[in-house]
Amino acid sequence: MHSETRSPLGLKLAAFGGLFFLLAPIALIFLYAFSTEEKSFQWPPPGFTTKWIGVTLGRSDVWEAMGLSVKVAAISTLLALILGTLTAAAVARSKFFGRETISLLVILPIALPGIITGISLRSAFSLLDIPFSTWTIVLGHATFCIVIVYNNAVARFRRTSGALIDASMDLGADGLQTFRLVILPNIATALLAGGMLAFALSFDEVIVTTFTAGNQTTLPIWMLEELVRPRQRPVTNVVAMAVVIVTVLPILAAYYLTKDGEHTAGSEK
Amino acid sequence: MSDLSSNAAIFAPRSGPLARTVDWIIRHPRMFVFLMVLPITLWLGIVYIGALIALLIQSFFSIDEFSGIIVREVTLKTYGELLRPYNLDIIVRTVGMAAAVTITAAIVAFPIAYFAARYAKGKWKALFYIGVMLPLWSSYLVKVYAWKLVLAKEGILNWVFAKLHLTWLLDGLLSTPVIGGNSLSVSYIGTFLVFLYIWLPYMIIPVQASLERVSKDLTEAASDLGATPKQSFRMVLFPLALPGVVAGSIFTFSLTLGDYIVPQIVGNSRLFIGQAVYTQQGTAGNIPLAAAFTVVPIVIMGIYLWGARKMGAFDAL
Repeated sequence: MHSETRSPLGLKLAAFGGLFFLLAPIALIFLYAFSTEEKSFQWPPPGFTTKWIGVTLGRSDVWEAMGLSVKVAAISTLLALILGTLTAAAVARSKFFGRETISLLVILPIALPGIITGISLRSAFSLLDIPFSTWTIVLGHATFCIVIVYNNAVARFRRTSGALIDASMDLGADGLQTFRLVILPNIATALLAGGMLAFALSFDEVIVTTFTAGNQTTLPIWMLEELVRPRQRPVTNVVAMAVVIVTVLPILAAYYLTKDGEHTAGSEK
Repeated sequence: MSDLSSNAAIFAPRSGPLARTVDWIIRHPRMFVFLMVLPITLWLGIVYIGALIALLIQSFFSIDEFSGIIVREVTLKTYGELLRPYNLDIIVRTVGMAAAVTITAAIVAFPIAYFAARYAKGKWKALFYIGVMLPLWSSYLVKVYAWKLVLAKEGILNWVFAKLHLTWLLDGLLSTPVIGGNSLSVSYIGTFLVFLYIWLPYMIIPVQASLERVSKDLTEAASDLGATPKQSFRMVLFPLALPGVVAGSIFTFSLTLGDYIVPQIVGNSRLFIGQAVYTQQGTAGNIPLAAAFTVVPIVIMGIYLWGARKMGAFDAL
């Protein structure tokens, strides 16, 4: 009798081998951040030190890039939250002309290769005579962050019963009160999860950013420069570790926020 | 009388201009929906789509080879340029890489997804979830960087091969024409490994989702009817999981087609489509050719998506 609880050895090996392949490179980042070797990627590291963490903390260029990335990610997430929620509410709650088109539109910036979105936005900015600034980066990021919020919000709206809203209005609440007291508490965790994922996505984005940034350096652009022309490898190692930590924490939080219910928030990047 | 008072409560005018505006909008559902989708339509529908169309139109312009000025006359000359051997090589190379990455990703992802969906329980299930989500959401550049550490001459992979006395095998691989090179980090093998690593989670997730949707009753029915585990896998489970594989392949294929950073950092100096677009629009200043190059992945993905839709991949997303 075939039982589902015991797995064939070959499958187990392939699955855990795959898991190792997925996780080992990330573990390496953490090890190299403490390596005493400065000039090469020598393995095994000749020794371990925490010196480079201090050096990195003292680097103003790293802090500036980090600051810009956080600022861009925060503003784009806010924009994406507003636009994504509005669109999700409209698409989930009503039927109107062009509804299918809108749900396609929202997905397009993330379905097309980043380079196409990047070039299109760059040419749009130059056609509209918008000079490159922090705001052009924000607009680029918001464009592809909307879909993340939208996906989370639309799933939640579909599960939230419309009767709740009708009941609230029947009981005499006005539109704003209904929004504040009924709709918002119902969609709050979905928005929080979507917002965190959007933040992580924006914080990490490099391809669209290279087209919309002008001379500004976000953290991923800083990393890219280090990758193309390495200047100080130990500092890059530490920054890489910090970036993993910053992007992973929101993911874990988003997982716990959405784990009991619908599909998991991270399933569509 | 009581009826009247409750009516009055419902329709009582609310105080304040804001509340009154909101009430008015809510009483006019069409206006409400219009206002909700207006911002997104303005930004995505007009600016973004407009820019995409403008880019496509540019691909029908050409560049004057002597002055370097863009000639705004509709012509297919730029598309003709795309067919020159040098440019055609770039396209074939990129599509070949995308195909290789996609097929390997499907083979590597399937056992992971299968185990996570059918056998892993509790703690192990969480481990597999984290194991896929962590690399998926870790910074793209950090992942590329991690592979620079792995593939470096003095790095861990060479060390492992040396410890296992298999350096000859690695040297043999690297001396293979086309895919080889001086070291792993400047060969197609290196580029391929990095692509595979970066896009693998995008394959695992839809495959796992489609496997989880297959009811246990079906495989049990198959075995009750006398199918061996192998047969029930091949004839029941795999066909039902196939739309998930196709859905995953949309991501791995499309993402590899458009990427220009991985081959720039790990690989030899031969260009991929993304790099060609980047250099043509940047240093070379040949926007029409850059635009024509971007049309290639759009057309390929259009055909791909059309085929995927026929196989039911969209229901698996």
